[in-house]
Amino acid sequence: MAAEAPPPGLKARLRRAERARMLRALALVLPLALFLLLVFFAPIGDMLFRSVRDPELALTLPATASALREWDGIGAPPALVTAALVRELPQAFIDRRLAGAAQRLNHDISGFRSLILSTGRQLAAEPEDPAAGSVAGPTTAASRLAAMDDRWADPAYWAALRRASFSLTDFYLLSALDLRRDAADRITPVPPDEAIFVTILGRTLKIAAMVTLLCLALGYPLAYVIATAPAGTSNLLMILVLLPFWTSLLVRTSAWVVLLQNEGVINGLLLAAGLVDKPVQMIFNRFGVYVAMTHVLLPFMILPLYSVMRTINPATMRAAASLGAPPPTAFLRVYLPQSLPGIGAGGLLVFILAIGYYITPALVGGANDQMVSYFIAFYTTRTVNWGLAAALATLLLTATGVLYAVYVRIAGTAGVRLG
Amino acid sequence: MGDGTFMNVFIKSAIAAGSVMTLAGAASARDLSVVSWGGSYQDAQRKVYFEPFRQQTGIPLVEDSWDGGIGTLRAKVEGGAVSWDVVQAEAEELSIGCDEGLLMPIDWDALGGRDKFLDSAVSDCGVGAIVWSTVLAYDAAKFPKGGPKSWADFWDVEHFPGKRGMRKGPKYTLEFALMADGVAPKDVYTVLATKEGVDRAFAKLDKIKPHIIWWEAGAQPPQLLASGEVAMTSVYNGRLDAPRREGKDFRIVWPGSIYAVDSWVILTGSPNADQGRKLIAFMSDAKRQAQLPEYISYGVTNKAAMQSIPPKLLENLPSAPQNLDVSVPLNVRFWTDHVDELNKRFNSWAAQ
Repeated sequence: MAAEAPPPGLKARLRRAERARMLRALALVLPLALFLLLVFFAPIGDMLFRSVRDPELALTLPATASALREWDGIGAPPALVTAALVRELPQAFIDRRLAGAAQRLNHDISGFRSLILSTGRQLAAEPEDPAAGSVAGPTTAASRLAAMDDRWADPAYWAALRRASFSLTDFYLLSALDLRRDAADRITPVPPDEAIFVTILGRTLKIAAMVTLLCLALGYPLAYVIATAPAGTSNLLMILVLLPFWTSLLVRTSAWVVLLQNEGVINGLLLAAGLVDKPVQMIFNRFGVYVAMTHVLLPFMILPLYSVMRTINPATMRAAASLGAPPPTAFLRVYLPQSLPGIGAGGLLVFILAIGYYITPALVGGANDQMVSYFIAFYTTRTVNWGLAAALATLLLTATGVLYAVYVRIAGTAGVRLG
Repeated sequence: MGDGTFMNVFIKSAIAAGSVMTLAGAASARDLSVVSWGGSYQDAQRKVYFEPFRQQTGIPLVEDSWDGGIGTLRAKVEGGAVSWDVVQAEAEELSIGCDEGLLMPIDWDALGGRDKFLDSAVSDCGVGAIVWSTVLAYDAAKFPKGGPKSWADFWDVEHFPGKRGMRKGPKYTLEFALMADGVAPKDVYTVLATKEGVDRAFAKLDKIKPHIIWWEAGAQPPQLLASGEVAMTSVYNGRLDAPRREGKDFRIVWPGSIYAVDSWVILTGSPNADQGRKLIAFMSDAKRQAQLPEYISYGVTNKAAMQSIPPKLLENLPSAPQNLDVSVPLNVRFWTDHVDELNKRFNSWAAQ
């Protein structure tokens, strides 16, 4: 009886062995997980967090910021706020700590940057006013500021100061959606001539969708030929697909400039053939963007399609034919449904890559063909408005995530098979 | 010289591995470094300034190059180990860098006083190095009966047919539009600072919108002009040197051009600030500056230098008195204040 029952502790030993295996497996993936966390998720998270972070004013002018937070933001600022500003501004100017806060304020109202810097300069140059900051000071403070620049008499500037005094803000996210807070702190649309980001997001999605469709239309027949042709031909075709794939993106884009420009190869042929009597504008417009992006992204459509089509048994088409289906019906009812996972994967891959495109539209597009990433790069490197860049990135990431979720919902996870 | 070259290589690799520098605590012991914009421009500077400075003063000098950006300077200064001493900065970096305390104040008395230099070359934290211009240029071969003479002609697509090249963005573009609409060059920024002025500039741009090809990189407009893609374009004047040497007859319309000054600055915390001041004084000398235009078409900033430049060279320089008189200085403060707002407006306009 004792021999039949498992020796005591076997279960525990088994469990221990199991745990040791788990730990070993974990230890094997841990370096990669840590690496991804450190160099991928942490920076992205930090960048996205920048779209709501707003520490500048509170760091530079702490007393002013805390006085501003107490205020309801309506009408003229209370004396406490103006006095604190007059007290803190000159020292911050002398220590040259103002630049960050000045830039943040300038994002809200253009010209605030030089207003705050020049006020700081003037206050620092004036002899110390004994009344400033004291109980008797407040009225003096407001009038002193207004005397330096009449913009200080405008409540809009104080409301902007108040908006910047909290450590978290929805300012950048609202801006990325063409919204802002008005004087009464309500969310309102920005004036039509400043509204661009919604248009640009729509444009980005439209271009990406169009490029995906073009890639599908061009890639599907080719993938079919490669998947069904004899080995020699299909290898050759595959090399032709992959060759441009290995060429630098910049080179391929520049090549399109050479081909499509007014005195380029294609216009030369059209003119010589007498088909047109003056050069057709094919570059620096939407057409050029579609052509160049479709060409660059085509392999990403062909490869998933090919890998799925190769697994489709040709016997199924023959079976359909022997059962009396004419070729179009056989294709639509038998082949197409089997190739759907490839279409889904290729389409998703091309769409997601296209949505973040930057270099190609910048080089072959006009001013009206730039996509969201162009503006992210613009705000990151040129105007150093990282909050807005982060907000736009968040917007793009959210849009991609929502589309992906919708796709998975419609197609089911089985429909997404990358590669 | 052999020893010097060895030192250069050594210091360069030390700079590349910045951490090594900090670890060794060698920051105070390193050679003076000067940073410019590379390419044919820095080649010219090497012949005119850097080599003679090494020979005459015996001070070892290391070169580096960069592409601008206030973020780079910020990282250098706030990162602790300041590996650059003398840097050529654009007006925007000069203005913001000075506000942020990234740059050392200039001792103008040691340079002979502020009035020895062009007004726009004088500022608290920088000494003007060169004057460059964004100009209207056209291919004379395309206009046998005479080319455009002003921004108003640039807008006149009836008499001067063909596409127009302009920089993608509001900077320069809005100024040119206002001048084409009859605003006097000296009033451009006053008008542009008002809502009506901005509306007026965009209304003027509406008139040639279908004819514009937008460029982004400075190398593009000479190519657009050479390939015939555009009949005329706005372009950075120095970029026309190369195609002209290849025999292209590209002409510049100076009236209404916008000039800007690049300046020599010294980074705060530089351990070689004294030597850096010597270098800047050396490069600001009238006789030395006068040699630069032989190599590249950039104007110089010392007023006395202008007088010894041969007239044939002088007429191509943004700083020639006859060209300067009809040009507008770029208003950097206006653009640091309004760049975000006007960019939005520009892109919203372009999308219509």
